[in-house]
Amino acid sequence: MSAVLLAEQILNGLQSGMMLFLTAAGLTLVFGVMGLINLAHGSLYMLGAFAAAAVAALTGSFLLALMASIAAAAAAGALVEMLVIRRLYKRDHLDQVLATFALILIFSEGTRWMFGSFPLFLSIPDYLSGPVSLPGGIQYPLYRLVIIAIGMAIAIGLFWLISHTRLGIRIRAGESDREMIGALGIDIARLYTVVFALGAALAGLAGALVGAIQSVQVGMGEPVLILAFVVIVIGGTGSIKGALVGALLVGLTDTLGPLFLPRFFGLFLEPASAASVGASLASMLIYILMAGILVLKPSGLYGARA
Amino acid sequence: MKLNKLAILPLLAAVAMPALAEGDNGTVKVGMITTLSGGGAGLGIDVRDGFLLAVQQAGNANLELVIEDDQRKPDIAVQLADRMIQSDKVDVLTGIIWSNLAMAVVPSAVAQGKFYLSPNAGPSALAGRGCDPNYFNVAWQNDNLHEAAGAYASSAGYENTFILAPNYPAGVDALTGFKRFYEGELSGELLTKLGQTDYASEIAQIRASGADSVFFFLPGGMGISFLKQYADSGVDLPVVGPAFSFDQGILQAVGAAALGVVNTSQWNKDLDNAANAAFVASFQAEYGRLPSLYASQGFDTANLLLSAMAVANIADEDAFRDALKAANFDSVRGDFAFAGNNHPIQDIYVREVIEEDGVFTNRIIGVALEDRSNAYLDDCSM
Repeated sequence: MSAVLLAEQILNGLQSGMMLFLTAAGLTLVFGVMGLINLAHGSLYMLGAFAAAAVAALTGSFLLALMASIAAAAAAGALVEMLVIRRLYKRDHLDQVLATFALILIFSEGTRWMFGSFPLFLSIPDYLSGPVSLPGGIQYPLYRLVIIAIGMAIAIGLFWLISHTRLGIRIRAGESDREMIGALGIDIARLYTVVFALGAALAGLAGALVGAIQSVQVGMGEPVLILAFVVIVIGGTGSIKGALVGALLVGLTDTLGPLFLPRFFGLFLEPASAASVGASLASMLIYILMAGILVLKPSGLYGARA
Repeated sequence: MKLNKLAILPLLAAVAMPALAEGDNGTVKVGMITTLSGGGAGLGIDVRDGFLLAVQQAGNANLELVIEDDQRKPDIAVQLADRMIQSDKVDVLTGIIWSNLAMAVVPSAVAQGKFYLSPNAGPSALAGRGCDPNYFNVAWQNDNLHEAAGAYASSAGYENTFILAPNYPAGVDALTGFKRFYEGELSGELLTKLGQTDYASEIAQIRASGADSVFFFLPGGMGISFLKQYADSGVDLPVVGPAFSFDQGILQAVGAAALGVVNTSQWNKDLDNAANAAFVASFQAEYGRLPSLYASQGFDTANLLLSAMAVANIADEDAFRDALKAANFDSVRGDFAFAGNNHPIQDIYVREVIEEDGVFTNRIIGVALEDRSNAYLDDCSM
């Protein structure tokens, strides 16, 4: 295997890790601050992609489409928090799972009702399309580099938000002691709505960014949701840093596994069975990684609570 | 106790009635189980709409139809089939899109003496050892379009093709089918995850492999993702695939990235026969969109059933089976006949993606395989 291929695959792993981080960050914030398991997070991701596709079709502008995805997902997030989620904080996790699963169905069928059953068109704008040459003779799509850059910028922004702003202090306080910050006169209901909308906006943006290179269709959020849960379990629930490290680990494992495993089994199996055993094991690899990390660190890499 | 005895009377009547009714007027009750919600709904909706169009055009009041959504889940499909057979008392089942759902439903339905007409799924197991006199596939055997793609790749002079498909039975069948008539070398062979949405890793491997062409079978959203990312990657090799990633419902979402891609299909809207011209025009008039190959399969399935109903009574199972087997209907594909294992013998065409009046669609550029039957005929003991 050439170094160029390896370098390209590492970039691919980083890129998919960055997108996972955007989705997982909101999920882990909501779980950390409110103790809520939100299965409908993937629906907000889908909503962002659909909003972007609709606005791009209407205006032809990709930037407007991205803004629309953030706005639509944040608005939907805030609305859902006020109408449904708010009633679930005191319930146990099973009730939350049930209610947010219902939200998935409502969002999916609502989206189909509005946009139809066929996938929507959303493409990369001309100024971001095509490959660029990187040092070492690597040809890499410009758009994916931009995704990596956006992901990094948002990661830095989130760390700054959490560590240097009043909102961040409140979020951290909410994570460590919910009753106490209420007693100190912080409007918890509003804080929760803001955090939920923030998480939703990040998921919506990820949906729009990814939608341009994938398929904008009903049900696109659920596979991402599963990966995002793997990420926050690996990283430790409630930790943004954990979400970042976990997302990059999952992204790289998921990209490099299918590349190396069939070659590895090819050393002692015939090609056809090596390909199929390798492919099967590669699809399990992130779960094996998760299991391994949980054995070593039961609360995840950066988990606060044991 | 008296009440219980009385209550049993209507029940007896209900059991006896259908047989009487069938004897009188030859009513055929059809249960359609197809995917109408979730990610794969576009396919089921097209099959249903094509089927309904044919029924509506025939105006045959003896055909009663029950339609249910399987949500692409095998367990739900099985429940629906049980309910349709036991309480709706259907005579004929149809509609299933996905091979894994067909495998869950078809064997038990035909074992209970029902007819099953497949408008899409054609798993090899049901064409070979699992074939059944009451199971008819009106679409294709799963391998067919991939075989045609392999034949085309050879005739186009490709010698070093890179092939990929999802890691599930139909994906493995696809690669087997491609290799059946492909004479060149393979520069690489990949099984991807089912439902995978990012193909950057696979595209990088294609780039590094030194291939001269690419064959892929990635149905639905997987194909949209692959094609968009492939077009953006700067890899410039010709692509061949079966029609499933290039049908009318998907092409608009792929956009210009699919232009010029060669794909294989048993049907296209520009096939030159009267039945097809009428079908395409009436489908567009009825639903306001171009028909896909799935819609054409639904339409043919209904017309096959109607042709059998015209000459035989469903109460006489053997006569009805013979009438189905005769396939005496005007297929939108032109020539159509059933092989020994009740799968089609038909031409498989080569199509190319074009843009026509601002809509992405296909046109036929040649024939890949003429009068193709299927590879599992000898395994079927029927």
